Amino acid sequence: MTPPHLFAPVSALLLAPLFVGVINRTKAFVAGRRGPPLAQPYRDVWKLLQRGAVYGEITTPLVRLGPVLNLATLITALLVVPFPGAGAAVSFTGDLIVLVGLFALGRFATVLAALDTGSSFEGMGASREMHFAALAEPALLIALATLARITGATDLGSIYGAITTASWVHDAAALALVGVSFLVLELVENSRIPVDDPTTHLELTMIHEVMVLDHGGPDLGFIQYGVALKLWIVGILLVGIIPLYGVGAEFALGAALLGMAALAVAIGMIESAMARYRLVTVPQFIVGAATLSAVAFMVLLV
Amino acid sequence: MPGGGLHVEIDVLSAFFLLPVFGLSALTGLYGRSYLEDGEPGTASSWLHLNLLTAAMALVVVARNGLLFLLAWEIMALAPFFLVIFDDRRESTRHAAWIYLAATHLGTAFLLVMFVLLANLAGTSDFGGYAAVLRANPTLSSVVFLLALIGFGSKAGIVPAHVWLPEAHPAAPSHASALMSGAMIKVGIYALLRMLTLLGTPPPWWGWVLLAAGAASGVLGVLYALAQHDLKRLLAYHSVENIGIILIGIGIGVLGLAYGNPTLVALGFAAGLLHVVNHSIFKGLLFLGAGSVQHAAHTVELEELGGLLKRMPWTGACFLLGSAAIVGLPPLNGFISEFLLIYSGYVALLLPTMAAAAAGLITLVAMGLIGGLAAACFAKAFGIVFLGAPRSSEAEHAQESGQPMLASMVILAVLCVVIGIVGPLVVSALTAVVAAASGLPVTEIAAALNPASGSLAVAIALFTALVVLSALFWAAREWRLARAGVRRAPVWGCGFGRPTARMQYTASSFSQPLVTQFRLLIANREAVLTPDGYFPAAASYASDSGDPFLRLLFAPTFRWFRRLASRLNVIQHGHIHVYVLYVAATLIALLAWASL
Repeated sequence: MTPPHLFAPVSALLLAPLFVGVINRTKAFVAGRRGPPLAQPYRDVWKLLQRGAVYGEITTPLVRLGPVLNLATLITALLVVPFPGAGAAVSFTGDLIVLVGLFALGRFATVLAALDTGSSFEGMGASREMHFAALAEPALLIALATLARITGATDLGSIYGAITTASWVHDAAALALVGVSFLVLELVENSRIPVDDPTTHLELTMIHEVMVLDHGGPDLGFIQYGVALKLWIVGILLVGIIPLYGVGAEFALGAALLGMAALAVAIGMIESAMARYRLVTVPQFIVGAATLSAVAFMVLLV
Repeated sequence: MPGGGLHVEIDVLSAFFLLPVFGLSALTGLYGRSYLEDGEPGTASSWLHLNLLTAAMALVVVARNGLLFLLAWEIMALAPFFLVIFDDRRESTRHAAWIYLAATHLGTAFLLVMFVLLANLAGTSDFGGYAAVLRANPTLSSVVFLLALIGFGSKAGIVPAHVWLPEAHPAAPSHASALMSGAMIKVGIYALLRMLTLLGTPPPWWGWVLLAAGAASGVLGVLYALAQHDLKRLLAYHSVENIGIILIGIGIGVLGLAYGNPTLVALGFAAGLLHVVNHSIFKGLLFLGAGSVQHAAHTVELEELGGLLKRMPWTGACFLLGSAAIVGLPPLNGFISEFLLIYSGYVALLLPTMAAAAAGLITLVAMGLIGGLAAACFAKAFGIVFLGAPRSSEAEHAQESGQPMLASMVILAVLCVVIGIVGPLVVSALTAVVAAASGLPVTEIAAALNPASGSLAVAIALFTALVVLSALFWAAREWRLARAGVRRAPVWGCGFGRPTARMQYTASSFSQPLVTQFRLLIANREAVLTPDGYFPAAASYASDSGDPFLRLLFAPTFRWFRRLASRLNVIQHGHIHVYVLYVAATLIALLAWASL
């Protein structure tokens, strides 16, 4: 049985909020609380879509365009991200450059929307977001480059399709290092602990949450759904390098979904066990991830 | 004529570079007509030299004779001096023009050596004659390559010869800056490419030198840009960055030639050449936008601006498109050339030789870092100037510029979008130019570029989906909000009763984390007076991001020269008869030497 062509984007659209739900539930469990139901993120988005909106007095239409454009870039990005065992909806040489470009566009739109409010808080968040993104972008490019070198392919579908148990036998060290940098990128790109705390607002150390502070109603709904989608996309890039084909192609889909669930639990555990880094330490964390990937690449060369 | 005829010729490469020269000249002319006010002193001189600059650039591009080339080059070097010094009552402007003049002649000195050397060995000044000598002598080729890189590189603005750009561009009237940054520095790139076609098959180290120079210019250019709070200085540093990107492309292409890999040749040169045109378009646009801001608010100091998008919607929209394009965001033109360059990086990455793979990795790291930092810089530039609330009364009362100025900007902004949308066609259209620049047959280049333009076609389809999705979400949102209601209210100021516009995040605070992180490279100097005690009195903050290369490399060198030159004072007394004696003695010495 071959999975349908659009499995990757459709599964992401349907399951991404659940991924957030699992993270939150894990955190609640570790903290000894019962926690919100797993479906809470869906309800939140739905509720926000019903609401009206309040906009700052000096804002321009850019503040409204930001969330719309950001969500659209992420949904478009879903088309090139492969799901293990199902492949990508669209695959072409250089699609990973398009993925990075789409992330950049979504971020630029979000940051301008934040600056549009003219508030210092948003300015602060926007500044930090751009700072960390500038370091994360080369990290992502190098990590993908290492995978390209291992598999000899230049599109995401073929790269992830070619990572098998055999590649782990040959290049275990390189793949493991890339895996670690993807984990770091998952936390950085999505503003999770130890880089940022998604559960508190208005602390001066915030990045993403403070950037979207003045958004409400449907706009905030778009943003929250977008956050879930981006978590899912980077998560897939990480889970995809685990050679699930080892368990047989027919089980690959299920195994990958289990892998995503495990990743959500792992993120929940990390968020429960770690404190947020001081802001000055975050760049070292990101550059560390980039360096790990670069080392992985050099391991391949010698 | 001694040394061959002063002939000219237009081939594909020349024609390609004439596009930005003439296109941008026409648009900046239209813009300048309403930017410069009639009757202002110096207007006539400014127009004369603008036209001279255009003519000289065209002549440089079509010249096929060393003597003619140098002549045109020198006119092209001198005309901008008079453009820069337009506002000559200001000390800083005169200083900027002086630095420009010194820098350009320092570059010309290397070119003079190069052309004299070539003419001597070839017995002619014709480019065709040069090629014959150069192909026979690899050592000479390498020497000429280095002289050309330094000489033409100083015009293009390669680090560390970039120091004149951040001085000259802010001082000149904006339409002149647009022409200089959009077209003139590209003529430096043209000249470098022209020399490369004469030099014969390159050894790998040329490619490495170009790649290293490109990566250094790109990364340092954008880092210095981040630290600026003068909009035009910031744009000038971005020219350094973009010249870096162009050079990385040429470097990859030259490495491809050296390693015998036509795919790398095609992708590298195509990326570099396309970025030449793209940069002319968006940098021209951004300088014209900065001029429009200066015209309206009488300053380009970022900390004095803000909220201009509401007051100048057309300028703002054009500047936003230009910013997105220069950052390389899809689906605009900057993305197309950066896509090709990163694509070539991935191609190099998969090659079996370690050197090629390393070059690919360097390209990726440099492009990733440049892209991220440029995005931060333009989020700052656009966000601080056009969004939020105005930070001064000039900005508060700014008014939109006149139609001729807007027309020039709108045309350039439309070009940014159009080149992005028809990207695959543009890439295919580059085939002949790439073939001319690299010396490889057209069929080979076309075969190498085809997969890339195929990929771009799919990418454009994805971006169409992106636009459709955005429109759908926007419509859905409007429909929802029409029922649920929209209110306007003050932005929450953390419970602070009387927030003022000066409490917004500033350009300096926006870039402070990055500037601090890269402090070893940027050398930003700060003077901070923090509030102190229970009843703090005054507090102040000032930062000065002077160019470290100017301060630590060029200034000491020139001081040393001046000290050396002052030793010659002993033979200068101001007595004319002694000087006549010097002249006579020199003549006799020369005659004696000639008769030996």
